[in-house]
Amino acid sequence: MTHVLDPGAPAAAVPPRREPPAPYRDVTRSDAAFRAFLHGLPGVDQVGAEARTAVLATRSIKTTAKAWAIDTAISMIDLTTLEGADTPGKVRSLAAKARRPDPTDPTCPPVAAVCVYGDLAGVAREALSGTGINVAAVATAFPSGRASRAVKLADVRDAVANGADEIDMVIDRGAFLAGRHRDVYDEIVAVREACGDAHLKVILETGELVTLDNVRRASWLAMLAGGDFIKTSTGKISPAATLPVCLVMMEAVRDFRAATGRQVGVKPAGGIRTTKDAIRHLVLVNEVAGPDWLTPDWFRIGASSLLNDLLLQRQKLHTGHYSGPDHVSVD
Amino acid sequence: MTNPFQYAPAPESRSIVDVAPSHGLFVDGEFVDGTGTPFKTVNPATEEVLSEIACASDADVDRAVKAARRAFTRTWGPMRPADRGKYLFRIARLLQERAREFAVLESLDNGKPIRESRDVDVPLAAAHFFYHAGWADKLDWAGLGPGPRPLGVAGQVIPWNFPLLMLAWKVAPALATGNTVVLKPAETTPLTALLFAEVCRQADLPPGVVNIVTGAGETGRAVVEHADVDKVAFTGSTEVGRSIARAVAGTRKRLTLELGGKAANIVFDDAPVDQAVEGIVQGIFSNQGHVCCAGSRLLVQENVHDEVIASLQRRIGTLRLGDPLDKNTDIGAINSAEQLARIRELVDVGEAEGAHRWQPACELPDRGFWFPPTVFTEVSPAHRIARDEVFGPVLSVLTFRTPDEAVAKANNTTYGLSAGVWTEKGSRILAVTDRLRAGVVWANTFNKFDPTSPFGGYKQSGYGREGGRQGLAAYLEGAQ
Repeated sequence: MTHVLDPGAPAAAVPPRREPPAPYRDVTRSDAAFRAFLHGLPGVDQVGAEARTAVLATRSIKTTAKAWAIDTAISMIDLTTLEGADTPGKVRSLAAKARRPDPTDPTCPPVAAVCVYGDLAGVAREALSGTGINVAAVATAFPSGRASRAVKLADVRDAVANGADEIDMVIDRGAFLAGRHRDVYDEIVAVREACGDAHLKVILETGELVTLDNVRRASWLAMLAGGDFIKTSTGKISPAATLPVCLVMMEAVRDFRAATGRQVGVKPAGGIRTTKDAIRHLVLVNEVAGPDWLTPDWFRIGASSLLNDLLLQRQKLHTGHYSGPDHVSVD
Repeated sequence: MTNPFQYAPAPESRSIVDVAPSHGLFVDGEFVDGTGTPFKTVNPATEEVLSEIACASDADVDRAVKAARRAFTRTWGPMRPADRGKYLFRIARLLQERAREFAVLESLDNGKPIRESRDVDVPLAAAHFFYHAGWADKLDWAGLGPGPRPLGVAGQVIPWNFPLLMLAWKVAPALATGNTVVLKPAETTPLTALLFAEVCRQADLPPGVVNIVTGAGETGRAVVEHADVDKVAFTGSTEVGRSIARAVAGTRKRLTLELGGKAANIVFDDAPVDQAVEGIVQGIFSNQGHVCCAGSRLLVQENVHDEVIASLQRRIGTLRLGDPLDKNTDIGAINSAEQLARIRELVDVGEAEGAHRWQPACELPDRGFWFPPTVFTEVSPAHRIARDEVFGPVLSVLTFRTPDEAVAKANNTTYGLSAGVWTEKGSRILAVTDRLRAGVVWANTFNKFDPTSPFGGYKQSGYGREGGRQGLAAYLEGAQ
């Protein structure tokens, strides 16, 4: 394992502020301008957003559509373990499951990535080499994000050096709620640079932002700063991924692509435990942002227990009867 | 790229409901033959004949009114109010227990998507019975004067757009206040009313309290003009409403009319755009636009016009039109060939007058009555599509520059049933709604109904209120 963090090293110079893409180049020129821009985005009516997701949740996905949705959902999973008790053995076991989620059925697709803490990224890298499955590592003093920027950037470099293909960072919710939008922006830009070739997912921790207006503003902020994905939650705060939050984020990536030409992915994480939940999210992606987002390149689901429920439902579709929890592997 | 996520058909089963090949009238607690010439009711999505329906002649209507009068004087009128409430609670529970049956039957006969009949029509109908059941023994405290007394026999004529729900709006308050009822459902959608008759029997409702006479306009006229009817309640077109008002003029009959509308849905530039678009869609395309309070005129502030219309068109492109019994259908069938012809005629007029018509790429089924969701932009207040009620999935878009202009344009209609206001600014909601001449104004939502909220119109949208405390007054002596 490589460790690049040297607490004695001098703090890196603050990188120059990277401009957002056109036509929004000038919105970060001052705190006032950035605030005016983010607060000038159309508001979100919470009652209306909840009503919309409630109707979408009534979509009835059956037979061939269900089979497609289950396999697609499996292929979109970031199979995650983020415990203090994680060990190399646990990560290897998760990696094995990621490659062959259903050992009895070779037609079952692998998941998209395995998501671990940065120090275990090397173990995951080794276990997944040659599989096409990505290694995702959480960084930036996950989950709270309460550390100095130098520590956060070192955390990111460490994870990348250990072999992470994707970095899941957390935004500074304190700064966001205090109205220091440019600080949040600068930090994402700096992390983006530290990532090098690794993909950057920006965790908004929507459970701490609370309002859907904040979710929309934070989504735009993260996209302007260059995030490749916006992600709902760390999974450590409740509520995590909810349908209204995901709705607002899908609207944000849809509108952002229409305005800038750049497509950004979305990853709901935490709280999606059943096949029904997963399919509801896919319906939402399909009807709000459109089918362009219906691939693991643009939509991920951060989950652990969800996979087994998807496998049980998959077996049910193929065999016609339900099996039990002993027919899928424990993580 | 073709969308890999194709929803497989998910039809609700028809087997839960057994449609008899012929139906009689429901008079004095029994199903009886009518003496008029029977007519057929069809499934508008397939044009398949569902059942043959008895037609009530003047003599049949007379028998129904006599039965209602008898029930009023002998059983229902003298009954303890708390006991009347028990019957209403029982009916409400039966509606819930048989909800799927009602929903499937409503979608078959009317053409509306099962999602709406299942999630809106039937639950709301039950809610109206529950709500009014609670009032039955509390009328003294309704603030409508001391010891309010029922009127007697109510003659009620209802439309085809929400067959069961409009029945509930009419029957529940009438019974809760101690009146008895002769009800005529629309000739294209009589089936759920006849299933409701079965529920009345199942609830052991005394004979004659609810009588259902099926037929077309002549039967309706017989109900309205019958000399022993004390109260007339009508929901339907302004044209028919006018003739009813003429027929009732000079008699002792009390009258409430709930007629057409041409509601303005006003979108300000600070509106929550995504939810406003949902509200516009819900306002004009739910129930295929067969809604008297539909938001058929979109008034959008000029500086956000292009953005809102682009968003709206994208959203309309995701609506799913087709089999009303498929659980994923958003837009069902137009209720009748006659209504379809009327929609087509007005849409042609709109184009001829110079408005710009837009429809999504949308395949229509070969059989049945269908019309795609339609948006007209560049509509001027002088165009007929900005003034006449289309009663179909057709939206006319107009623009405004200031709140004053929005209010002036919204009120520039012969109707006054409903309106909508979309803005994130609370003070603007209050200021604008205060000046709108409409019976119901929704803020940041549309087409939301609740039995506790009175519903009714201004001007040619009719008079009287249904629902809430105010709705009770229409069925009580001395209260107005």
